Amino acid sequence: MQGKKSMRLIDERGLRHDGRRPDEIRPIRMQVGVLANASGSALVEYGKTKVLAAVYGPREPQQKFMILPDKAILRVRYHMAPFSTTERKSPAPSRREIELSKVIREALEDVVLTSEYPRTVIDIFIEVLQADGGTRVAGITASSLALADAGIPMKALVAGVAVGKVDGVLVLDVDEVEDSSGEADMPIAAAPDLNLITLFQINGVLTEEEVERGLSMALKAIQYIVSLEKSTLKQKYEAIGEEV
Amino acid sequence: MISRGLHGVIVLPGDRLDSRVEGKYPEVIEVNSLKIATLISLVSQRDDKLIIVPLKNIYIPEPGHIVIGLVESIGMVNWFVDINSPYQAILHVQDFLGRPFNPASDDLYKLMKPGDYVKAKVLSFDKTRNPVLSVQGEGLGKIVKGTIVDIQPAKIPRVIGKKRSMISMLEEKTGCSIFPAVNGRVYIECPNRELEAILVMAIRLIDRESHRVGLTERVAKFIDEERMRRGV
Repeated sequence: MQGKKSMRLIDERGLRHDGRRPDEIRPIRMQVGVLANASGSALVEYGKTKVLAAVYGPREPQQKFMILPDKAILRVRYHMAPFSTTERKSPAPSRREIELSKVIREALEDVVLTSEYPRTVIDIFIEVLQADGGTRVAGITASSLALADAGIPMKALVAGVAVGKVDGVLVLDVDEVEDSSGEADMPIAAAPDLNLITLFQINGVLTEEEVERGLSMALKAIQYIVSLEKSTLKQKYEAIGEEV
Repeated sequence: MISRGLHGVIVLPGDRLDSRVEGKYPEVIEVNSLKIATLISLVSQRDDKLIIVPLKNIYIPEPGHIVIGLVESIGMVNWFVDINSPYQAILHVQDFLGRPFNPASDDLYKLMKPGDYVKAKVLSFDKTRNPVLSVQGEGLGKIVKGTIVDIQPAKIPRVIGKKRSMISMLEEKTGCSIFPAVNGRVYIECPNRELEAILVMAIRLIDRESHRVGLTERVAKFIDEERMRRGV
């Protein structure tokens, strides 16, 4: 990784290595209802990052000891497929994946009305098919779509985006290159309809002013991503029946 | 979109609703005294009211509901029944027999086995304990003939239609008898296989296109065309 430092991530025109402006996100694609066996599912792409989410439940868990008497348990499994990275990733859950499963669960717990389904479990499986930075935030976006697709009541839709700092410039929606050789990375998820930030992490060093500026950049992007989520969900129902 | 307009406006989780919209919790919640949708739903005008109908939801049993259950497994003195809900229902054998259970002479497996459907009433349910079913009542009990069609529980009112318009049209056009259970299972019994196949397709059409206008006419046309094509 030391060698990469010499590579310039922002060129003289102020553009990033892939030609984006600092405040530009990658092209986002979304699809819902991609899996027939799941209650709800979604496939989300942030540029080359490709994440699949499947929701099962609410259902009674096999292990009865884990049930809570007053609300449903959200069980999130974030997993990277062995083929998602350039070098094979061991399919066993790593420390990082276990931790990300927890933060993603916490990012969703705030909006799902779990108290409606006590003694049950809602399973969310997030499978990273192709990793190119921002997989946890793409996972949150995909889970939010899959939950809505499953008919599980939610206070609002959630979406995420990561802000990073490369060559001293704050950039929106970092990819793998910027993430690994940049100076900082700040994944954020929020529910704009509720004015609620559900995930806020920082890795690296940022000044107070940079955090504030990065946050407002991210929130603006999240607003846009949520509007994309909404049009994707709407489209599913508007498109139905055209062919009959 | 050729005359396939939506029956109303689609709202999504987090969308703010008109204060006149009438809906019950958890389909509509109040945040800071503003009404918010929690499910993908359709808001439409009915008479002078704005009503909200979810396009997909999860069936939660209520005492008094008539449901169609699928026997999943057998306990010592009861059956465990899937009622298409997060909570598995229990049907006690004394209730099924209408008399005390005698383990020496009664065999649960012979009465109902996994895979059998049963039409039953929800006796009690409050989310702290699993629902208890009863088959004591007219028309309740094990289902021995006919077919079950699984659809979205949210679409059951559409299968019935306004003042039973849809269901009476379906029954009239196919000669089948139909019972739509609130948990998303439609029981149908038809004079022959062909009519059954047509009715199953018609019900699936309602499931898919419930939120579009002119559905009753379209389903009627579909049944007429299918009958003509198949010559039944």
